[in-house]
Amino acid sequence: MRVAVVQFPGSNADWDALHAVRDVLGADAWYAFHKETSLGDADAVVIPGGFSYGDYLRAGAIAGFSPIDNAIGEFASRGGPVLGICNGFQILTEMGLLPGALTRNAHLRFECRDIHLRVESEGPFTDMGKGTVLRLPIAHADGRYHTTEEGLGELERNGQIAFRYSTRNGDAPNGSDANPNGSVGDIAGVYNRQKNVLGMMPHPERASEGILGNDDGLSLFKSLRRHLGFE
Amino acid sequence: MSTPANFPGEPDSSPEIAREFGLAGHEWDRVLSTLSRAPSYAELGVISVMWSEHCSYKSSRVHLARLPTTGPQVVQGPGENAGAVDIGDGFCAVFKMESHNHPSYIEPYQGAATGVGGILRDVFTMGARPVASLNSLRFGRPDHPKTPHLLKGVVAGIGGYGNCIGVPTVGGEVQFDESYDGNILVNAFTVGVAKSKDLFFGVAEGVGNPIIYVGAKTGRDGIHGATMASAEFGEETDSKLPTVQVGDPFMEKLLLEACLEIFATDCLSGVQDMGAAGLTSSSVEMADRAGNGIELDLDAIPRRTKALSPYEMLLSESQERMLMVAKEGREQEVFDLCAKWDLDASIVGRVTDTGRFVCKATPGYDPFDGTGKPDPVVVVDLPVDLLTNAAPKYDRPQEARPERASLVTMTGDAPDDLGAELVRLVGSPNIGSRSWIWRQYDHIVRNGTVIRPGEGDAAVIRVFCEDDSGTREKFLAVSSDCNGRHVELDPFGGAAMAVAECTRNIVCVGAKPLGLTDCLNFGNPEVPEQMWRFAQAIDGLAAACTALGAPVVSGNVSLYNETDGKAILPTPTVAVVGQLEDPEHRLGLGFIREGDVIAHLGRPARGVLGGSEWLVQRSGSVTGAPVGIDLEAEAALQHAMLELARGKLVKSAHDISDGGFGVCLAEACIAHGHGASVTLPSNDDAPAHALLFSEEPSRIIVSLPAGNVGEVGDICKRYGVPFEKIGTVSGETLAIDGVCEVPIEELAESHSAALDAIVS
Repeated sequence: MRVAVVQFPGSNADWDALHAVRDVLGADAWYAFHKETSLGDADAVVIPGGFSYGDYLRAGAIAGFSPIDNAIGEFASRGGPVLGICNGFQILTEMGLLPGALTRNAHLRFECRDIHLRVESEGPFTDMGKGTVLRLPIAHADGRYHTTEEGLGELERNGQIAFRYSTRNGDAPNGSDANPNGSVGDIAGVYNRQKNVLGMMPHPERASEGILGNDDGLSLFKSLRRHLGFE
Repeated sequence: MSTPANFPGEPDSSPEIAREFGLAGHEWDRVLSTLSRAPSYAELGVISVMWSEHCSYKSSRVHLARLPTTGPQVVQGPGENAGAVDIGDGFCAVFKMESHNHPSYIEPYQGAATGVGGILRDVFTMGARPVASLNSLRFGRPDHPKTPHLLKGVVAGIGGYGNCIGVPTVGGEVQFDESYDGNILVNAFTVGVAKSKDLFFGVAEGVGNPIIYVGAKTGRDGIHGATMASAEFGEETDSKLPTVQVGDPFMEKLLLEACLEIFATDCLSGVQDMGAAGLTSSSVEMADRAGNGIELDLDAIPRRTKALSPYEMLLSESQERMLMVAKEGREQEVFDLCAKWDLDASIVGRVTDTGRFVCKATPGYDPFDGTGKPDPVVVVDLPVDLLTNAAPKYDRPQEARPERASLVTMTGDAPDDLGAELVRLVGSPNIGSRSWIWRQYDHIVRNGTVIRPGEGDAAVIRVFCEDDSGTREKFLAVSSDCNGRHVELDPFGGAAMAVAECTRNIVCVGAKPLGLTDCLNFGNPEVPEQMWRFAQAIDGLAAACTALGAPVVSGNVSLYNETDGKAILPTPTVAVVGQLEDPEHRLGLGFIREGDVIAHLGRPARGVLGGSEWLVQRSGSVTGAPVGIDLEAEAALQHAMLELARGKLVKSAHDISDGGFGVCLAEACIAHGHGASVTLPSNDDAPAHALLFSEEPSRIIVSLPAGNVGEVGDICKRYGVPFEKIGTVSGETLAIDGVCEVPIEELAESHSAALDAIVS
């Protein structure tokens, strides 16, 4: 499996993604700089976390106008799997590849801690089965997913909601801080309509190794590898 | 030689202006006699900022010389942008700690953020990739009206900068005490990793080499910030706002990546960031280290505002700027890599062999709007030496603090309900959980945080060391410590305790201490009693660093931490970097298994309560007999602890520090929700409350499988360290025989809410 990790100015979890995919999973992986116009022969693309362009203007907004964006758009439209993590999720919504928007956390603070999320829909990154509960870290200030009521209904109908925040046991947060940012519908990650593009606020690439005390995140990358037929 | 000219609109220098710039009368006289003329206005600015306490260390240099700075592991000692210690296979850990106290009090978010930015630049300027940061914070009493605003602002600022640039903030410490009501402390630490042979230095080598300015453009922010940092606060502090800089972590992230790529090309002969005193100190210090001169063409300085005068350009502390000395003919490589990262770069001068700091600029010419034509005149022409080695150096008078007889007997009355007292103490702002703080820091970015904040006595990070033979994983431990209350009661012993606690924290996570950086926060050095505290603390640090094997490789001094004549507690903060031989040696602070034996390592407390959190709360002041420290016993304890960790004989380790034995046990229980049933370590002479809350040092609580008791006891015996089995991990309460029994849930609830009253 060959994976391009896109590097925008201000990407800072680029190493985290490269390390998880290349060193832990064992895939071929490389950085694709934002000034490039091609993703080479990548089988999958990861848009990592960080503060692209300092998150000035709005998180992810300026990265939505980079030279490499056309290549990402084309790759996605051909059905290529794209995973946007944290700032990568924000960028994908700004590029219009994913529905909805990410706004300031309800409590207005940056927050970094482990949370739980429940798999809501199977797809290239989520073959672990609906209802599976994962523990993953979050680290964001702008992770509050928002969409209209109509949009929410559409996401639900189409099975585009990939993850919802949950308690340790997989129960709905019910207004508790198990939903760490006030996201509508407790949404932690969404697929596009075709389900080849996934955006999520939690960081699977930072929870893919025993030494870090948690390898729940590796299941997403293994799912991707199976989806692409590399095992 | 012609006298350097004032710029249009600038007054002639005078003793009055010199005083306004922070120079003492005799220092002004010294300027006149050395130069045999009056300095230009810009020169006076340059001299006053280079002779400020912040840049010249004029009151501290004679004392700093007593610190131990050598050891086989030391790759780079003090004097460079940061120090470095060997971590094997040709790699080193590069680290430093620095204060940003005064700016953070004036504007907490930007003050703290730029403090983080400055220390990160110090580290990557050395050619190291920053891998972790810590911060050591001091605020006024929890109920002071300004404390919530300052705490929230500082934490948001540290997070705002560190989170954006992507360096994990993995720990630190915070203490609240009324002595910091009008003068908070923000000490920021960063460690990075580099190949030892590829370290970069701040030297202006190679006569004729071009000086390249890289990064943010120069504005009027932070002018004379270093001078502000060298003065006491008074009522006019609010008018100092323009001296606080504004940070741009995104720009710094670009600088970081560009610098590391530029360094790898080997096209530079030196580099230095523009920190305190900006362009002036960076060029002067680089020239000084190389024994050369520097000539700057100020007309070429990139700027973001109109009509900047030479004085303003030279003293601006605009952030995210670097000064590079390129090898002649290789400028283009620097420009190309800067262009890749969308950074501005311009040649602004040359290295000379004159030993002088010369600046030229054109009156009336402003490249910003194209006004006029460049026709520069000399505006600064000063010997480099005058600004560095020949800067004033004082051995200021000292006077020991008068003995206070009442100190000796103060132990406080025994409370009726020690259980309730423990629950309350565990939930007090100085003891309880800091999770509200570290949850606002990205403490896991870079996939290396193996022991996270709150999980162990120190943070443990995995670093990736890449060279031609591949990538090696190494494991570093970092901690920062100081309790100014113990330093106040006994400057020598308290400073030694700071080093001891910090190195003890490092061994408690299974790492060996390698080196130390310090950030010495004290009051007005012109007050003999404050100078005495400083000198005593230096001796305490020196003794402890020597005894505990942690040479000082870098550091920073922050004096004049006073407001309206009231000094802060003397606060010599230290941070230590250690290394684990094997990540499997790592230990958390919490009990992990029901049935494990709990043991106390070290001499049991005598029940001395001086300076303890409990006694301060009880008495309302920092009082009591100092607890003292036996450095030989401390060293033995640490050696034994490290051997236990390396032998994988214990399952957890937590040192007894703030709050004492009771708090240490409570924290070990709360971590994973286990109970404990213990007896107080044997000492028949002291009342239970004194044994419970004493903060005497050199004690560690470990948990271990029952089967290891014999071997652990033997190792302790070999090092001469008292070992006492005091109980077992069991149940859902913390039961201390004959003292108290408290549900863990109650302790945990209190612990987690410790900062609520301040931040909600």
